Amino acid sequence: MCNTCGCNITPGNRPFVLAEKPKRGVTTVSVLQNLLSQNNHQAEHNRSHFDAAKVLVINLMSSPGSGKTALLETTIKRLRESLKIAVIEGDLETENDALRIQAQGVPAYQITTGSACHLDAHLVHNALHHMAIDGLDLLFIENVGNLVCPASFDLGHHRNVVLLSVTEGDDKPAKYPVMFRAADLMLISKTDLLPYLDDFSPNNAKQHLHDLANNTPIIEFSAKNGSGLDEWITWLQAEIAAYRLLLDSQQTLRPKVQQDGQLLHAQPGHNKYYPVL
Amino acid sequence: MHELSLCDDLLSQVVAIALQHQAQSVESITINIGALSGIEPSLVDTAFSLLKAGTVAELAELIIHNTPVIVSCPHCNTQSEVAANRLLCPECQSTDTTLISGDEMILASVALCIE
Repeated sequence: MCNTCGCNITPGNRPFVLAEKPKRGVTTVSVLQNLLSQNNHQAEHNRSHFDAAKVLVINLMSSPGSGKTALLETTIKRLRESLKIAVIEGDLETENDALRIQAQGVPAYQITTGSACHLDAHLVHNALHHMAIDGLDLLFIENVGNLVCPASFDLGHHRNVVLLSVTEGDDKPAKYPVMFRAADLMLISKTDLLPYLDDFSPNNAKQHLHDLANNTPIIEFSAKNGSGLDEWITWLQAEIAAYRLLLDSQQTLRPKVQQDGQLLHAQPGHNKYYPVL
Repeated sequence: MHELSLCDDLLSQVVAIALQHQAQSVESITINIGALSGIEPSLVDTAFSLLKAGTVAELAELIIHNTPVIVSCPHCNTQSEVAANRLLCPECQSTDTTLISGDEMILASVALCIE
């Protein structure tokens, strides 16, 4: 065995030997930083703004057309006398949704993303320059209708609410696990249409969510006939109360699922750059 | 869908690290991506090859580690590799599992050429 011709390298020790001999002039630097760290940094900044104003922020996500704006209209009608509410709307084009919300007598700011398929923390921060959040109790961020990308972006909000309308398939949680795993509440919407649809079972939808190890509450809701509205309002009020208690003890509320959470917390100094060789 | 903007952030981080270490060039970049990150590795690869042109990472190889989806169960004290849409404990069907791998989108390391 010699170190000249390479015969000391066997299939067994090859990975170790090669790893121990970095190429001349090449230094490997361990980083362990989230690829969205710029967004996440801005999100923390947004959250501190929200916490200073003591406003609970809810990120509403779903497919396009599953009833996010109708949910907000109904919610505002019910709560506008008792709570100060505002809405940030995200859409690729048009201000239609903001106009619908403003017609309910609460402030709404429309973010038009152009071609971007999701809101990010920077877009939300820009929106905050156009609206006053001091004195608000509740701020809804209606994300762009999309079951994929919005789930990956922390906006600085406190809770994720995901809508699944009965006109979509009841297996959506199995098809879009990233989104539905992140839900702090799932709302099955448009339930007034259930009698006309024989292929959507709320129980199947619940089972698929359960399979994601997500024990979050599920509310069956209809903006048309008001069923489930009381349950939704009760959930909102409980979240506001829980959030204010946390603020009193200098803490904040975060969505239950934190991406990379386990790994990053297990690695002290994860955002430091240090050579490994 | 947002792999292009993600790669833009990735390259900013890599360029900053290369500058900090006064590197002449970047040899390789290793990222860890899990099935529950919402990121599609092949799209990251395409976006990276478009965006790296003209940067210190122009000749860098992008190494993507697809991390497995693993849940840990507090009742069975087991760790199990599972499908991305079935995160229950496969032993006892508990939903009290913790995801310990599979949602990462992490810049793990950068190999720099430093003369």
